[in-house]
This record gives sequence, structure tokens and C-alpha cells, in this order.
Amino acid sequence: MDDPSQTPSPLPRVAAPRVSKAAPYPFTAIVGQEALKSALLVAAVDPRIGGVLILGDRGTGKSTSVRALAAALPSMTVVADCPYACDPSTSNGACASVCAQACDKATAETVDVPVPVVDLPLGVTEDRVVGALDLERALTRGEKAFEPGLLARAHRGFLYVDEVNLLEDHIVDLLLDVAASGENVVEREGLSVRHPARFVLVGSGNPEEGDLRPQLLDRFGLAVDVKTPGDVASRVEIMRRRDAFDTDPKAFAARYAQAETDLRQRLTDARNTLAEVDVPDEIYLKTAELCAHLGTDGVRGELTMLRAARALAAISGEATVTLAHIRQLAPSALGHRLRRDPLDDVAATVRVERAVSEVLGPELPGSEVLGA
Amino acid sequence: MTEAVAQQLTAEARRDAISAACLLAVAPQALRGLRLRARAGHHRDAYLDILAALLPTVLGAAGRESVHRWHRLPSQTTEDRLLGGLDLVATLAEGRPVLEPGILARAKGGYVLIPMAERLPTATAARISHVMDTGEILDGVPACFGLIALDEGIDDEALPEALGDRLAIHVELEPGPPFDEVDLDELRERTEAARQAFAATKLDDATCDAIAAVSLALDVRSVRAMALCHAVTRAAAALDGVDTATPDHLALAIRLVLLPRARQIPQQAEAPPPQEQPPPDAPEPNLDQPPPDPSTQQALDDIVLAAALARLPPDVLARLAGDARTRVAASSTARSGGNETRARHGRPAGVRLGDPTRGDRLDIVATLRTAAPWQALRQRKPDAPVVLQRSDFRVKRLVRPTGVTTIFLVDASGSSAMHRLAEVKGAVELLLADCYVRRDHVALIAFRGKAAELLLPPTRALARAKRALAALPGGGGTPLASALVNAEAVVADVRRRGNRAEIVVLTDGRANVDRNGRPGRANAEADAQAAARSLRAKGVGTLVIDTSARPDPASGRLAKALGAAYMALPYADARTLSSAVRAASASTAPARGARA
Repeated sequence: MDDPSQTPSPLPRVAAPRVSKAAPYPFTAIVGQEALKSALLVAAVDPRIGGVLILGDRGTGKSTSVRALAAALPSMTVVADCPYACDPSTSNGACASVCAQACDKATAETVDVPVPVVDLPLGVTEDRVVGALDLERALTRGEKAFEPGLLARAHRGFLYVDEVNLLEDHIVDLLLDVAASGENVVEREGLSVRHPARFVLVGSGNPEEGDLRPQLLDRFGLAVDVKTPGDVASRVEIMRRRDAFDTDPKAFAARYAQAETDLRQRLTDARNTLAEVDVPDEIYLKTAELCAHLGTDGVRGELTMLRAARALAAISGEATVTLAHIRQLAPSALGHRLRRDPLDDVAATVRVERAVSEVLGPELPGSEVLGA
Repeated sequence: MTEAVAQQLTAEARRDAISAACLLAVAPQALRGLRLRARAGHHRDAYLDILAALLPTVLGAAGRESVHRWHRLPSQTTEDRLLGGLDLVATLAEGRPVLEPGILARAKGGYVLIPMAERLPTATAARISHVMDTGEILDGVPACFGLIALDEGIDDEALPEALGDRLAIHVELEPGPPFDEVDLDELRERTEAARQAFAATKLDDATCDAIAAVSLALDVRSVRAMALCHAVTRAAAALDGVDTATPDHLALAIRLVLLPRARQIPQQAEAPPPQEQPPPDAPEPNLDQPPPDPSTQQALDDIVLAAALARLPPDVLARLAGDARTRVAASSTARSGGNETRARHGRPAGVRLGDPTRGDRLDIVATLRTAAPWQALRQRKPDAPVVLQRSDFRVKRLVRPTGVTTIFLVDASGSSAMHRLAEVKGAVELLLADCYVRRDHVALIAFRGKAAELLLPPTRALARAKRALAALPGGGGTPLASALVNAEAVVADVRRRGNRAEIVVLTDGRANVDRNGRPGRANAEADAQAAARSLRAKGVGTLVIDTSARPDPASGRLAKALGAAYMALPYADARTLSSAVRAASASTAPARGARA
């Protein structure tokens, strides 16, 4: 920011490659937190799952995991200079109303950019979220131009809301609306703009600091409770890795470079094979049985569960969804959908696990099931 | 605890505070900053002077001497001023976008001082935390600053947890004599030498294990705290000129980093008799055990923890054990609304003349519309098709719905408890469920024995309200006056945060402890009446629920003094209770709704 005239805009409009950013903590170097990691990966492989909610105490690695995920994901191809990060492979210009000139699919130049992970800070204004009239062009040139907001930047990526439980209600309403429709419609200040905004909503928060609105809770596809590891060995390992990272981030990242590359490859493969993963009838039956047993409202629980199980199978390179996948995902896919007494503080995951063992039978030796 | 021991503890706290300043100066980048909990005054200024003298001029650059200048963060800093943004006036004058760096960018390599950090809005804290995490202010603008948070909070007021968690060292400073014992030159020499040595300082496995075990024992849930404790231990070793940390260094780090974050104090540690602690300079008995074999490992954890705990004044222990949990949660939730008289967030509702540089949102269309008729008269520059002047600025009026905080006053005295404390708890739970539906905040004041106690400051976490209620014991006198005085304080607090208060009193009304905690029915009754009238003057919607076995004239009198709606519990079920609360609040307070 030394010479302001060099910078065309205070708010970059494109999900530009973050070259200047210090390397984040590698995703594969995170100790424990298996439920959190698999939930994030599942959402990255199949964005239709509908977002991830992370609940837990401060400093348990919520933000670290999300920011690390961004760096671990395979990059995506976008039309060069398109402020909405259009996908060149989709035929229709979904962003036609705002940037038709740049996105002629056949001829447009394309570039590979990292998947955006956009932070939505507390206290953000509605203008910044949905976009607004471009202040500087309006004032200096008298032009009516739309300046895309955070929703546009998050398109095809992740929108991360830390402390989502403290976010103001009208912003939450707005996020839910756009997340559900996949489109941001702006009708304000004489502007009439609609542009695609499909993103994975990732929220985190500490429930002790305030409850999340129940309507919001249900909109997240997966919800995970994170806790600091309770054993000394993991804690020591966390401390060691953090210290090594702080001392020399580059050398630390290099140690995990291979693991990160492998993960990226696994995610790419998983996305490609996702459609071919087979779901046996038994899985449909058991999932329905499980949801009925728990009395979850609507069918969103079943649908999310099946989608997530399919994505999990794809990530682990399996061709068929098995009961082990259902077992592993049930707490995070169903725990937050139980009809709950607001004053009941018994962990919902405990109820889900009980139901899982009643419906699917006790855990088989060798099958992987996550801890509470 | 004798006078001498207390004095010794104070002296040790002072020594720890000075050590904290040195440690921050040794590793300013690894430790991120300092949270200084102290009242404003000479003593704090003297401490800050020492800190300024020790800190390196530019973060990361070792060995340059000069007194450091802080960048103060003014209260009510807007996002633009914090992170940088468009300079509107200059932009208009120049006819091209002119950016203005924010405070965080201007503090490049220096220190940002947050005065009155306990009043820092949660949103601002979240922005700063985000910048600290990513090391980047806006895209491409690197962030490099240390943070000193001056926390002047009393009781449950404190720095927002998001930020507090990221600052390594927490120092609590009691007023005292000037820091004459500090030899500044000697300290500066030592810290500078240590700054060079810091990178090479390592911790052995036993020390790492001890940090993990102690953090577990203190129920410190933040992994960040452990990493910071690790860094502080290394800095402490570097400061002493050794390259391997001793248990003394570890104990110091635990006192500065982990103890202030403790959510529980281990049982066995509450027992150690104070006379056991040696003078601080005497070698501790555990120094002669370098080989970290498993059997001594447990011992090291315990000894270090005990040593750290023994150096704390007993009331700190009691407070930590008692309400660390409450304090953590209360501070940031309630402040999410802020206390602005003019909302800066919310839904837009019209425009007004205003100055966008003061943090109000500029309404561009209205501004242009205002300027339009004058364009012919104003001289046009070729590159500025629209000529705007300051007087054209129109800003948005925003409205934010006010929240409601329901304050429950629960009588847990002997007279109530004998009969129906359980029923009262049930009634409160019904009302809590109602509050959940309406997204109200709740606060809980219980009164029994000598005085009332704020069990739960205003919060939305209803599960915690229920827990607090379930754990509420019964028995003792009825300090009704104290409860009402407490409620008045909470009402003032709620209003300061821009919310509306409602009070529900559940009592049999038979006050028998006056507001000073002395028994005596007549005095108690008079005090309660006086407190009730004072509360009534605040104009708060109030409901008195009589919990005595048969309706009692005492609670009727209380309701009258409070100007409250009155009902008897025997006939209360869920629906009548909640509609009574509604009716009570509607009769005395304006309807819930928007506020400009």
C-alpha cells in the first residue's frame, strides 16, 4: 500500500491467487480431529452436502483446519479476469448479467487458481457480503457499476464464518438464503444484479458463548464437535509441530509436501469417481431406519447422510458405500438435526451413537468408528 | 494467611510482571503480545514505560535502542480505520481512488496498544484476530505488529476471548510502590542477549510432556495456549542464558500463560500448605532430577504445578475455580450488540446527512441524487464528471432490533427451599424455554444466606442457565434487598449494551436479611421496599411470582412497591406463566422493536 495509485481498488474483485500469503499450516499435519477433517474433506468433494458447522472451544484448531484445507485442495480452472470465477466447462454463462463480456466460454482464456476460502468477519456490513454500488467509480467517474462482495469471491469455494453464533441475525438470514439458492440477487441502490454464488458454508463457534439459531443449525449439512485431545501424547505432538512450524514454516511445509500432494490427488480422484460410487439398497434402508429411529425432521438428514457417505467412500477409494461409512458419519450428519430440548445439554452425538448401535448393531471389530 | 506471606506473594507477582515484560521483549513475534489487566494509573504507566524501554524498536530486528512509541487504537475504531480503506475526501479532491492505510498497517513492525480492551467490540477483536492468524491485513498487505491489550475490566468484563486467547502472556498488576528495584540497563542487556539466543533454545521432552500434562490438569482447552506456553518457557530459559529450560522456567511460563486460562484448579493442588513454599531464590528440591524417566515425569508435572499454584494469592485460586467458566463466556456474548447509541450495523432504514468518515455507511445513490441538481453550477473538471462536495454526503440510517434480557431472581432461602425450591426451578425452566423461542438473553440471580449472587451474567447459552439453576442449593435467610440491588446493577448493564431488561422475581417475599447481610425482619423488609422502589423508578417490566405455600401478603407488598404484575405459583402452568411475563413487560415497557 505504499503507492495508492498503483492499486486500482481497495477490495480485490477476483479470487486472486494469494501469492503473498504466508504458507498456512499444512492440513495433513493437524493432529487428531478426525471427525472434523473428514467432514471438511467430504464437503470439499461434494459441495452439495451443504456446509460444515464446527462447534468447540477456542484454540482447538477450527480456524487452522479450515485455512489449511484451502491450501490442500486441488486448484480450479476459471475464466481469466472473470470476477465471479466462472467455470469454463459449464456451457451457459451463469454470470451473464454482470460480466458477459469476459466469459464467452469458447474463446475465453482460462487460468488455474486456488480454491477460494473467504473469511466473513463478525460485524461485516451487508454491502460487503452481497456487493454494492462501486463507491469509487460512482464518486470519481459517475458510473453505475456493481462491486462484487464476499459472496462473489466465495463462489466455487468456501465461505468461512468464525464465531457464526455471534453473527448478526440479518447477515445470517442472507447467507442462508444465498447458500440455499446458489445465487446472489442484489436489488438495491438502483442496481439489479444476479450472479451465481455456490459455496460451501463453513461456520465455527463456541456454543458456550451463545446458542446458534435452530433454523441455522439445520441448514448445515454436517456438524462436528471438536475437543482438544485429552491425552498428553497428542498434546505434546501438537506443541512440537506448532513449534516447528513457527520456527521455520517453509521447512515444516516441505516435510508435509508429499502428504499434501497425495491428499490433493485423492480428492481429485474422489471427485471423478463420486458419481460411480454404488449405494446398495441395504444402505438406503438402514439410513432411513436410523433417521426414523432418531425422529429427525424432514428428509434432509437422510439425503445428507447418503451424499456424505458416498463422498467418504470415494475419498477412501472404495466403490461401494458400506455400513462403516454410515457409522462414521452418523454423528456429524444427524447429531444437529435431532429435535432437541434447548435446555438439554446431553451431547446429541451420544444419542446418535446409541441409535446407531441399536439400528446397525454393535460395532464390528475392524470397522472404523469415530470417537464422540 | 499471614500478612508476611501476603506481602511475599505481592512481591512475587511484581517480579513475575517484570519477567513478563522481559519475556515479551525476548520473543515479541512468537508471543504475539501481552494482556495487562490493571487499573489505569501511575503504576500501570510505570510498567508500560519499562516495557517500552525493553521492547525492540522494530519487531524481529535485534539490538536497536530507543524508547518505543505505541500506536494507540482509539475506541470505536471503524473497519476502515483499522484495516485501511478509501480516503473519501482525498478521493473526491483528486478524482482518483486514494487509499489510506489503517492503524494495523501503520504499526508496521511496531506495537498496537488497545486501551480499555474490555470494551473492545467483539467484531473488532475478530478482525484483529483474523489479521494475526493470516499475517495479512487486506490482500497483499502484510501485517507485522505486536499487541498490548490494557484490560481495565472488573468482574466479568474482560478482553474478548478471541483476542485474549492469541496473546501469550496475561499479567495482572496490583497498584504498588514504584518499580525502583528494576535495573533497566541490566535487563535490557539481558533481553538483547536472550533475543539472539532464543532461536537456539530448545525444550527437552520432559518439559514438553509437563506442559501438556499441566494444561490438561488445569483444563486449558486451547491448543494455542500450550504452544504459547512452550514459547514462553523457551524465552525464560534464553533470558537466564541457558539453552535448556529448568522447572523454574516452566513454572514461570505456567503462571503467566496457563494459569490465567485455567478452567479448573486440580483438587490436590488446593491442599498445599503455604508455608511449604521456599523463598523464590532458594533452589527448589526438584532441581536435581534431570533424567526424565517415566516415574519422575509424573513428579515433575506435580511439582511444577504445585510450585506455580503456591505462588498465587488464595483469592485468585478461588476466583479461578469459581467463575473462570462464567467469565470466559459472559464477556464476548453480551457484547456482540455493542453499546452504540446509533446503530452501525443492522438493516438500512432511510438516509440522513452525515459524515462517512465517522464510520457511518455512505449511501451512494442518495449522495449522488443530492449532488445532481448542482452539477451545472459546479465547475466541472474533465476527469470528474460528477462534482461532489462534503455537504452532499448522505449516510444510511441503520436500525438494529434491541434484544431483551430476562433477569430471573430466584429465592433459594430456607423458607422457600423447605417448600418448593424444586417447583420454582421447574417454573424457571419453563420460562427459559420460552426465552429460547424468543432468542432472549437471560441472567440469573439467586439469593440465600447473607447476600444475593449473580449466578449467570446475561447470556444466550440457556443450557448454562439450566446448569446453574440445577446446582443451586437451598437454605439460609432471605436477602431480598440485596437481590433487588443486584438486579438494578444488571439492568443498568443490560441497558448500557443497548438491550431491554425484564425481571421475573420468584420469592415468598419474606425478607429477613437486610442489604448489609444482617438478620432482622423489620430492617430487611424496609430495605427490600426501598430497593424495590428504586428499581421501579427504572421502569423495568417486572413480574413477581409468589412461591409461598399460600399467597402471602409480603410478596403482594413487594409487587406493589415494584409496580409489578403479581401471580401465585400454585396456579402457574407453562402457558399462564409465559403470558404473564409478556403482559408484565408490555404494560411497563415500550413494545419490542426497532431503534434508530
